[in-house]
Amino acid sequence: MAKLTVNGRVHDVAVDPETPLLWVIREQIGLTGTKYGCGVAQCGACTVHVDGQAVRSCSLPVSAVTEAQKITTIEGLSPDGGHPVQKAWVALDVPQCGYCQSGMIMAAAALLAENPKPSVADIRSGITNICRCGTYNRVQAAVQRAAGTSAAG
Amino acid sequence: MSQTIEATRRGFLATASAALGAFTLGFRIPEAAAQPAAAATPELNAWVVIHPDDRIVVRIARSEMGQGTLTGLAQLVAEELNADWSKVSTEYPTPGQNLARNRAWGNMSTGGSRGVRESHDYVRKGGAAARMMLVQAAANRWGVPAADCAAAKSMVTHAASGRSASYGSLAAEAAKLAPPTEITLKDPKDWTIAGKPLPRLDTVDKTNGKQVYGADLKLPGMLNAAIRDCPVFGGKLASFDAAAITSRPGVRKVVRVNDSAVAVVADTWWQAKTALDALPVVWDEGPNAQVSSESVAAWLKEGLDAPQAAVGNRVGDARAAIAAAPRKLEAVYGYPHQNHACMEPMNATALWTAERCEVWTPTQNGEAALAATAEAAGLPPARCEVHKIHLGGGFGRRGAVHDWVRQAVAIAKELPGTPVKLLWSREEDMLHGLFHPVTQCKLTAGLDAQGNLTGMHMRISGQSIVASIFPQNIRDGRDPVVFQGLNPDGPEAAIGYSIPNLLIDHAMRNPHVPPGFWRGVNLNQNAIYLECFMDELAHEAGKDPLEFRRSLMQRHPRHLAVLNAAAERAGWGTPAAPVNGLPVHRGLAQTMGFGSYVAACAEVSVTPAGEVKVHRIVAATDCGHAVNPQQIEAQVEGSFVYGLSAALYGECTVKAGRMEQENFDTYPMLRLDEMPKVETVILPSGGFWGGVGEPTIAVAAPAVLNAIFAATGKRIRTLPLKHHDLRRA
Ligand code: FES
Ligand code: FES
Repeated sequence: MAKLTVNGRVHDVAVDPETPLLWVIREQIGLTGTKYGCGVAQCGACTVHVDGQAVRSCSLPVSAVTEAQKITTIEGLSPDGGHPVQKAWVALDVPQCGYCQSGMIMAAAALLAENPKPSVADIRSGITNICRCGTYNRVQAAVQRAAGTSAAG
Repeated sequence: MSQTIEATRRGFLATASAALGAFTLGFRIPEAAAQPAAAATPELNAWVVIHPDDRIVVRIARSEMGQGTLTGLAQLVAEELNADWSKVSTEYPTPGQNLARNRAWGNMSTGGSRGVRESHDYVRKGGAAARMMLVQAAANRWGVPAADCAAAKSMVTHAASGRSASYGSLAAEAAKLAPPTEITLKDPKDWTIAGKPLPRLDTVDKTNGKQVYGADLKLPGMLNAAIRDCPVFGGKLASFDAAAITSRPGVRKVVRVNDSAVAVVADTWWQAKTALDALPVVWDEGPNAQVSSESVAAWLKEGLDAPQAAVGNRVGDARAAIAAAPRKLEAVYGYPHQNHACMEPMNATALWTAERCEVWTPTQNGEAALAATAEAAGLPPARCEVHKIHLGGGFGRRGAVHDWVRQAVAIAKELPGTPVKLLWSREEDMLHGLFHPVTQCKLTAGLDAQGNLTGMHMRISGQSIVASIFPQNIRDGRDPVVFQGLNPDGPEAAIGYSIPNLLIDHAMRNPHVPPGFWRGVNLNQNAIYLECFMDELAHEAGKDPLEFRRSLMQRHPRHLAVLNAAAERAGWGTPAAPVNGLPVHRGLAQTMGFGSYVAACAEVSVTPAGEVKVHRIVAATDCGHAVNPQQIEAQVEGSFVYGLSAALYGECTVKAGRMEQENFDTYPMLRLDEMPKVETVILPSGGFWGGVGEPTIAVAAPAVLNAIFAATGKRIRTLPLKHHDLRRA
């Protein structure tokens, strides 16, 4: 039995402690916005925040997270899709198939929380998620837009 | 019908449980029971539903997998409907409904960049017919001639009397009218909705976690399955020791799936997957276990000179011209197997009973999924249904062959009445793709004393997708699709050069690895072979690569126009600005495929340590009519990511009959830090409809390879680039 604080709510989950956080979020807690892409920390589709840090939840056993740690998923990033990153994503029509985009948005939000005015180089090295549809240029532009650094290029 | 599909958009879970509820009460899905439902829902025709509150629902038969087809097709219908775009939403009819209504929605296949270009005519007519019926309904109500009424922004007005009525208020009356028989479509130059860079209709739910993909599906009482198919293609499942895992938490059943796979069904997928990992399995790998990439390559190499080959394009006598030429050039190229690697692994949820079978799955071809379901279920198609779920990428993997659907149904048959969701692990997805075909190509050419190309022979050796997937389309040993981009004149994929003596032929060699239509299909390697060799010829002739090409393209004005546009926009002929102190070099490529003309100019630098950086690609596309320019830009950018990933890294190698790459750590892909700037030039010359999802992929690699030659003097003739040492001596 583990206790997890996800999007401000405490959940009791009965799972094998080795179960990756991703699968607890998706299957026990029932939040499916966080995606499975590779399971080996390569693609970032499973990115969530643990105490504000971007974490690839497919490779983190649920036993490594305590109740005191705050887990945020895409569903909890903002109550209404109003996070600046989400707004920038909509404004620039970033997603294609969209499957990687929860992870992209969570990675971008964590990057901006740590570095509110990232340079282009910071964005390009800081977002390491895979998008097979190839939305990278719009991802980069949307992070700049969310940071208010678009003009500076 | 509309009711259920409406629910699909509100949230799939509601629909799924509603459908399931009805299903378990004697297997009547609501939409099947309600169709054609014209009385209950204001359906003007198969394409257009208008609600009393003015909401317009456009039905979309093709699948949305990220390429923007959903929005583009809706724009075309809304354009002819003279709709208020802000009121438009979309829904998918199901393949079962299409079957029951005599294919009212036509072909549901979504591949070959055909979504818009093959259906624009009848979907626009659907929109126009609905508009004419709405106008007629208003004219009838007011007792005036229809010709005196006008429709705009979802309103019909009669100027003379100042009367107006909204589409919502007219829909019920309009739906009772006979559809018009004579329909005139608008001239595209008068478009106000189509042709505009409108935002996609499906963006918001992809930014907040609400978009439901197949992998996210949840039905009441559903169990989860993980599967392992024999890693050697063509091998069989010999035995497994179910007793070793049945006591593990959550495990419900261990199932033999057809003759080559085993699945574990459990409460959660993670339980199923970990139990499967622990399951002792014995395979009967069969003779294919001897095959390796090396043995395949040796076989293909033999085909480069084999006497027997199917001809794709012949002009004059290439062999004689080359033999007589004072200067000759020969080069051998190769292109490897690759996996589609859709971000969402293959999955399907199936619910089977002896009377009926339903499947929920992301598919590029609902009708083919329905056929696969019926066959696997052992039931007639009329007793089956497929619910198309949003795709987390398709790229051709989720089209013609529904291997995962057959598996899901086979598993569900072992648990009658219980829905089972089968989700492949990434490892399963990597091992059991439908791989980009492997080919080699030998190009031989003759130049005269002035450096003019007098003859060329292009011998392709290797795999045929069509022979594997649609063998009935092979005629006299000839696969027509192998020659994409190399065909004589035609609207689909014609070569852009006039070469006085030309022979392009194919020696088919089909290894045991199952091939598939991989975004860009055969255009990918054909454009590399031809465009890199053109560069080699230009160099041999001592001519500028652009000038050399132009001299052969005078009778191919559309090919030439995009090449010129890419070259000019990139600044061909003027030096590129250095980046980080490194000189930047350019390379060109052009081709035609999927009905569109495309060209690219890539700018590349290579460090002394041999590291390649692609800085910028200028891409020009002539797709005839451009339905949504900002989505075309997105497709061009995205296709370059696919094409550059292939060029730099993409390779699946065979060892002991199976693929060696099992996850993204050994199958790397382009990431943001390597993404070049992309400038898209759209040159819609009108008069035809070309696809945009695929063609530009094919010019990414050759443009980059030609730029690498300009930078290093080294010719890369086999991909991926990661195997080549570009260090300066
Ligand atoms: S699923 Fe976690 S990084 Fe890919
Ligand atoms: S939008 Fe499809 S994988 Fe990124």
